[in-house]
Amino acid sequence: MIKAVMMMNTQGKPRLAKFYDFLPVEKQQELIRGVFSVLSSRPENVSNFLEIDSLFGPDSRLVYKHYATLYFVLVFDGSENELAMLDLIQVLVETLDKCFSNVCELDIVFNYSKLHTVLDEIVFGGQVLETRTDEVMKAVEEISKLEAASNSISLVPKSVSGWRGGR
Amino acid sequence: MEQLKTIGRELAMGSQGGFGQSKEFLDLVKSIGEARSKAEEDRIVLSEIDILKRKLLEPDIPKRKMKEYIIRLVYIEMLGHDASFGYIHAVKMTHDDNLLLKRTGYLAVTLFLNEDHDLIILIVNTIQKDLRSDNYLVVCAALNAICRLINEETIPAVLPQVVDLLNHQKEAVRKKAIMALHRFHRKSPSSVSHLISNFRKRLCDNDPGVMGATLCPLFDLISEDVASYKDLVSSFVSILKQVTERRLPKSYDYHQMPAPFIQIKLLKIMALLGSGDKSASEIMYMVLGDLFRKCDSSTNIGNAILYECIRCISCIIPSPKLLEAAADAISKFLKSDSHNLKYMGIDGLGRLIKISPDIAEQHQLAVIDCLEDPDDTLKRKTFELLYKMTKSSNVEVIVDRMIDYMISINDNHYKTEIASRCVELAEQFAPSNQWFIQIMNKVFEHAGDLVNIKVAHNLMRLIAEGFGEDDDDADSKLRLSAVESYLQIISEPKLPSLFLQVISWVLGEYGTADGKYSASYISGKLCDVADAYSSDETVKGYAVSALMKIYAFEIASGRKVDVLPECQSLIEELLASHSTDLQQRAYELQALLALDARAVESILPLDASCEDIEVDKDLSFLNGYIQQAIESGAQPYISERERSGMLETTDYHSQDHHEVPPHALRFEAYERPKPSSVPTQASTELVPVPEPSYYSEAHQPISTSSVSERESSEIKLRLDGVKQKWGRPSYQSSTSASSTPPQAENGTSSHPDVGVGSSSLKPRSSYESKKPEIDPEKQRLAASLFGGSSSSRSDRKSSSGGHKPAKGTASKPPKENPIPVQPPPDLLDFGEPTATSVTATDPFKELEGLMDSSSQDGGSTDVMGLYSDAAPVTTTTSVDSLLSELSDSSKGNPGTYQSQTSKGPNSKEALEKDALVRQMGVNPTSQNPTLFKDLLG
Repeated sequence: MIKAVMMMNTQGKPRLAKFYDFLPVEKQQELIRGVFSVLSSRPENVSNFLEIDSLFGPDSRLVYKHYATLYFVLVFDGSENELAMLDLIQVLVETLDKCFSNVCELDIVFNYSKLHTVLDEIVFGGQVLETRTDEVMKAVEEISKLEAASNSISLVPKSVSGWRGGR
Repeated sequence: MEQLKTIGRELAMGSQGGFGQSKEFLDLVKSIGEARSKAEEDRIVLSEIDILKRKLLEPDIPKRKMKEYIIRLVYIEMLGHDASFGYIHAVKMTHDDNLLLKRTGYLAVTLFLNEDHDLIILIVNTIQKDLRSDNYLVVCAALNAICRLINEETIPAVLPQVVDLLNHQKEAVRKKAIMALHRFHRKSPSSVSHLISNFRKRLCDNDPGVMGATLCPLFDLISEDVASYKDLVSSFVSILKQVTERRLPKSYDYHQMPAPFIQIKLLKIMALLGSGDKSASEIMYMVLGDLFRKCDSSTNIGNAILYECIRCISCIIPSPKLLEAAADAISKFLKSDSHNLKYMGIDGLGRLIKISPDIAEQHQLAVIDCLEDPDDTLKRKTFELLYKMTKSSNVEVIVDRMIDYMISINDNHYKTEIASRCVELAEQFAPSNQWFIQIMNKVFEHAGDLVNIKVAHNLMRLIAEGFGEDDDDADSKLRLSAVESYLQIISEPKLPSLFLQVISWVLGEYGTADGKYSASYISGKLCDVADAYSSDETVKGYAVSALMKIYAFEIASGRKVDVLPECQSLIEELLASHSTDLQQRAYELQALLALDARAVESILPLDASCEDIEVDKDLSFLNGYIQQAIESGAQPYISERERSGMLETTDYHSQDHHEVPPHALRFEAYERPKPSSVPTQASTELVPVPEPSYYSEAHQPISTSSVSERESSEIKLRLDGVKQKWGRPSYQSSTSASSTPPQAENGTSSHPDVGVGSSSLKPRSSYESKKPEIDPEKQRLAASLFGGSSSSRSDRKSSSGGHKPAKGTASKPPKENPIPVQPPPDLLDFGEPTATSVTATDPFKELEGLMDSSSQDGGSTDVMGLYSDAAPVTTTTSVDSLLSELSDSSKGNPGTYQSQTSKGPNSKEALEKDALVRQMGVNPTSQNPTLFKDLLG
């Protein structure tokens, strides 16, 4: 099972952090910092794998990939295959690349919810759901269309006093 | 595609519907991006939180604005700040009909809330509605949300809908419904146990994607219960065959590999099913062979499948041909330039080596390359492999390597792990005891604060016991070499505390044993240690005890003892120490110096740490004393059971001082102190010192005990009902202690210790049996690592278990054991049984402490024990002198003596009080002479 998906830039700023089991915010931060400090100390041209029991508990592995200014990180347990996880990062990046044509850190920063949409299509509840880039794209596209449609309707600001009053 | 591109860009520009809609938000992201320091970032985020708090309170927030706020909240929380003030708004947003807003709401709540959050209850209804929606995207969004938001209690609320969705026309929905069910299964297997057949059904889904998704839950189910899925073996094999033959639509290809993720899942499942099952394995041979042939090892994903095949083969019962193919694949991995593949190769090697141990030999050079690789991950994996292939012929090389690596790293977590592995290997395969001690010294020196304290005790025991009783010469050589190595190391700066404890103990025990070093030399060294590590009370305690032993041996052998001036000043310093333990030891040492040779010898016999001790459980040797006491007017002991039955009578007697609430809540937990649960607390474990008087703490010294007792018994009366309710069973179970004669209290309560002590000695490692097997060709690392395979590791392991249990280590301790202040089992519920278990720690610690505890009180009881225990007759003078010491040293609170009238129960009471004081966290500052005054009459 995949435990977490993270993206962070080379300064250690988190760009996306999704944990498939709930963790309190402080713990999440601790893990993000911990992962970053390990990653940033790794030399180049070494393997993309790390055994990271010290942060995520026994039998935790981590696969990361470094693209330009971003680290893509997957944390998972022994029931996944390291090399396959490496390819999963590849799938994610390829998909994002198709979404944003030449994805860069900025795209990711400013399209937070879309990023999550893409990720949710690929990894679902900690399991790999879909690895076909085209399928993911199709799903994301449909959602975007529908969102755009519904968005245009709601462009007219409505009074929301109704549901504020519900408090 | 083009369209998407533009959408993406537009989103990035914040022109519509995307993330950053307002300038404010863009500014926020930008300023955070530009923040130079964490502090600056925090400042920006905090002000953003203020803004959001204010804005969220405004009435009539347009929905689009609200959506942006929510996204900002998510962003803030990702940066590590609390956004809980806005959770409710995210929850509300999930109720919205607009898909965009709904999805945003769901996204936010899945990130914000855990499944047990109070707000979840507000979402369940929405989820239920959405799962029934006609729009499959809404359904998908809801399915996504339930993975994170539904807990065991709420599963039934959505389960029917999710099951319905298994037959939804859209495969995307079916897939997600399966995953959601899988998630439920993980959270609460019982809630979906009746639905498991659905997974089997979905395996035959028309859509390969849905079939692939089904493999995830099936993998979990099969790993829980292999037997009931054996019938699926051929199905899985045929699916895998079809996949490899490219029967799936082209769209499932990834890097020219047909559906690789499905293949990997299938291989994992097959590994489970074929494990230990010859017939199931045979069905798989064909397809596995095909995979090895077909797999494209030029792509990453192809190698992933190859690796999975290797892993599968290592689990099932393989055919020789497959093993060969796997070995080939591994050698390809190892020869590759990619670190990733090397890593997988080493991992695969580690798996296969269990089946064919000689497989590693052909890759020895590659393995050594990996060992010297700068990549830490690879290195660690290689150490793991070496660890798996260690045998007595290569243990020296491997452990040396491990220690070198251990010294070179800073990562404490891994350091601990590798240190414990070194210890484990050394204990298992040590060719000689000298080597073992050397290795232990290195481990302690470099990772002393990280290794388990048991390791230290093992080492001490090894040194104490040596090879076995028939070879005294070798033993003393071993000890001498240990002493010499420690004398060398001892002057190095900043040694870990644990190591110093070992050093002090060994020096105390054997420093002067063979006459090579003089007592004053060793004691000087020990004083240096105590000086240099003056902040470490445990080390100081060990050092003082060691001093005491040295002097004791000197006295016993009839030599005159010159206490070095620095020792004298150390003792004086410790006499005034804030630590009772140290103070106690210092007084003991002082008392010991005044004793004559015979007394000293019976207190601290030479090299007696491994002698067997006989424990007189009934404490029959006290019978005479009891008789005497009763004759002289003492009240006979009333067992607890009786006491609880007739409460009024307890009033006359002082013994019933145990706290009152304890009657209500103390339970079995106290009876069997578990050594493992003992916090290794330095000051308490060293010497089971009778705790300093409770009176001086809780009452004024002058306050007589009877007063307090009356109080307590009154309270006790009041709480009678409670006791009736809770107390009875515990009394019964604890009566072994209370039914014995009064003075027995001490002894009986310490029985558990003795038991624990001796039992924990049993898993003694098999040093004695290991004959030195020295690999002659150490020069070549490879040769030494892989050559000369004698017995396999597993043999060793199994055999090592059967070695004779250690002979009782501690001869003395149990004799003195009455001293450890064991709170009687009926003692109270003040929290953890720290005080109780203190004495039950590692037998060695105990031993260590006890050996030295010839203090006033400690010594005296011991002597008592020796008398009637048919031990060598000890002079009464020792008792006298001890007593005089005792009264000298307790000038501080003379009042405590007054109330003592030779009652056994009193001593018990004192024990209780001591324990109580301890448990209340009070640091006792004076001795407790009451206890032994009692015992001695």
